[in-house]
Amino acid sequence: MFESKAGVLFIGGIGFFVLAFVANAAVPMLMYRDIPEQTALETVSANAVYQFEDLNRRFPESFKKYVGDLKGEQWDATKIREKCAELIKEGRDIYVGEGCWHCHSQFVRPVSNESLRYGPVAQSEEYQNELQRPVLFGTRRVGPDLSREGGRRTSDWHAVHFFNPPLLSPKSPMPKYTWFFDGEAAKPNRRGLAIMCYVQWLGSWLESYPYYEDYVPVDELLPAPGAAK
Amino acid sequence: MNVPMVDTAAVGEPLTDVERLVDRKIVLCYYVAAMTYMVVSMLGGLLVALQLIRCNDLQGIELLSPGRWRMVHTNAIAYGFLANAFLGTLHWTIPRLTMRPVLNKALSYLIFAAWQAVVLATAGGILLGQAQGLEWGETPVWIDPVAQLGLLLVAVNFMAPIIASRGPMYVTLWYFMAAFVWTFLTYAMGNFVPQYVVCGTNAGAIGGLFIHDLVGLFVTPLGWGLMYYFVPILLRKPIWSHGLSLVGFWGLAFFYPLQGIHHFLYTPIPMFLQYGAVISTIAVEFVVATVIVNFFGTLRGSGREIVTNLPIRWFYTGMILYFITCFQCALQVTLTFQELIHFTDWVVGHAHLVMFGVFSQWLMGIMTYLIPRLTGKPWYSRKLCEWHYWLSVVGIVVMFLDLTMAGLFQGWSWSGMQIWDHSTQVSEPFWVVRIFAGLSMFGGFLVFVYNTIRTLSSPAPTRPAVAA
Repeated sequence: MFESKAGVLFIGGIGFFVLAFVANAAVPMLMYRDIPEQTALETVSANAVYQFEDLNRRFPESFKKYVGDLKGEQWDATKIREKCAELIKEGRDIYVGEGCWHCHSQFVRPVSNESLRYGPVAQSEEYQNELQRPVLFGTRRVGPDLSREGGRRTSDWHAVHFFNPPLLSPKSPMPKYTWFFDGEAAKPNRRGLAIMCYVQWLGSWLESYPYYEDYVPVDELLPAPGAAK
Repeated sequence: MNVPMVDTAAVGEPLTDVERLVDRKIVLCYYVAAMTYMVVSMLGGLLVALQLIRCNDLQGIELLSPGRWRMVHTNAIAYGFLANAFLGTLHWTIPRLTMRPVLNKALSYLIFAAWQAVVLATAGGILLGQAQGLEWGETPVWIDPVAQLGLLLVAVNFMAPIIASRGPMYVTLWYFMAAFVWTFLTYAMGNFVPQYVVCGTNAGAIGGLFIHDLVGLFVTPLGWGLMYYFVPILLRKPIWSHGLSLVGFWGLAFFYPLQGIHHFLYTPIPMFLQYGAVISTIAVEFVVATVIVNFFGTLRGSGREIVTNLPIRWFYTGMILYFITCFQCALQVTLTFQELIHFTDWVVGHAHLVMFGVFSQWLMGIMTYLIPRLTGKPWYSRKLCEWHYWLSVVGIVVMFLDLTMAGLFQGWSWSGMQIWDHSTQVSEPFWVVRIFAGLSMFGGFLVFVYNTIRTLSSPAPTRPAVAA
């Protein structure tokens, strides 16, 4: 059996592979079968909407050109959520395509003081959505974990940082992503808006989301600079 | 010295019946493709290494984005260099072991063309920003079905002579048969299940299994299968212990695939599954030890071949590095080590040691042995073959030690709650050393490419070439 073709093919080749699949993949599948998978739209919380509207306030021209005329067309709450989900999904594809996940992880471990640095330890429910298909746990931290990055910094900060990281973190080895912009940091294009929306979405489902307690619709908080009163 | 450094005794002699079964041209085609992708991959590695020490003046050009080239770097090694070099070598090995040609010669060339198309499309897709979010499976989703079909054809083409052969199967063929099945299943599982069937933590478990099986069930069995073939031929004696060969194969088959989750320790994947993966990883280390003992038992009494026989030196260097890799694995897989070294350059050093130090170096040793036999011409320069060996080995050992230490410093910086910049600044000296180590490996490979080009373009010998 150990040296026959049938043995190698069916026991070693298929049998052991299937055994490992059952042990390593089918067991967690069964364990998590009761946690429903959310769509991108279902993950859009008030925090994410806040950041989406905030992009419109900070980059009105870019937003109008690449996402739409939020004010002029008087989008209702449903439409805003749909457009927000669409932008987050696109941002996720850029995050994957640019290989962000090879230098930034998306899970906080219960060891090595990580919950002090980043926030709550990662839980399975957080990953049960279509934006984690395949999951973006990541593999290396050249830069910090991003799973609780949303809301920690303003989108202005992110725009400048994507455009030219050393301007804000002088010794950062992160490369420039100038193709997210129309020539300058104040003019993100569709890709720039999408990746910022995605980064601000990260952790937006948590109670510890930095702006959660203070959430006020953006118009009531501050009028856009130069907007008609 | 008078002793041949590269055994070329067979070069230039008339073909025997066995040799007529081998299509030398396709082996050489695969090798040329493999060498091209190795150069591409190393250029990508250099670009990313320069970015890390903030010396990259090519920033701001989308197609030269270090993030995208990082993925080209790993994929060009897995699917460009390793897969091509393996496929080429299989075209040499399988007909000789089974005494039968592959299923269909035209199919062989179709597979060759299709595989190059897959690799080029993968590189193109990644550079255009269409990568899939699966480590080592970044091949854009629209290419996955083509690659899957290619793997099926590879299995059919090579399995036909193995199935048709009669009598007991040699160890190498156990590994090859299993590898064809495993590679096909692994690719299908990793590229389709976490994309279309499950998400989140489940997808993570499968992603871990995929990266792990890609090394353990595609690269490892083909690599060891080739060692079981080439080492006895070059040493002109049988493998030391058939019993240990059995332990090695079945131990690998059972324990290796059970370990996928060890790539994601301390994630939300259930803890008892993480413990299972840790235990089977430590178990496989004992299996590896039996294989290493078997091969050093074979070497016993022929130790001088390490000095005189360059391919044998490549092989045994790779085996020593393999033992180090696996020993390191048994330690770093424990939760104690993971706490410190996960997410650090320690892991990057480990990956380079196994992919370059072991499997790429084995394949370079095989190429060093086969290229004179494929072309019928002796090496243009034996001395350059030596340079290739030493630059590669010194480079990879320095890179491994350097990145391992960098990983420790990064881990301590993080757990010590230093500000983030501290961890990149403390890494900088290590990243500089890594560039020089990488340049040494790159230099060695360019020497090899130059030597190969000069060999191919030299005139065919008029009489049987004897190694000088």
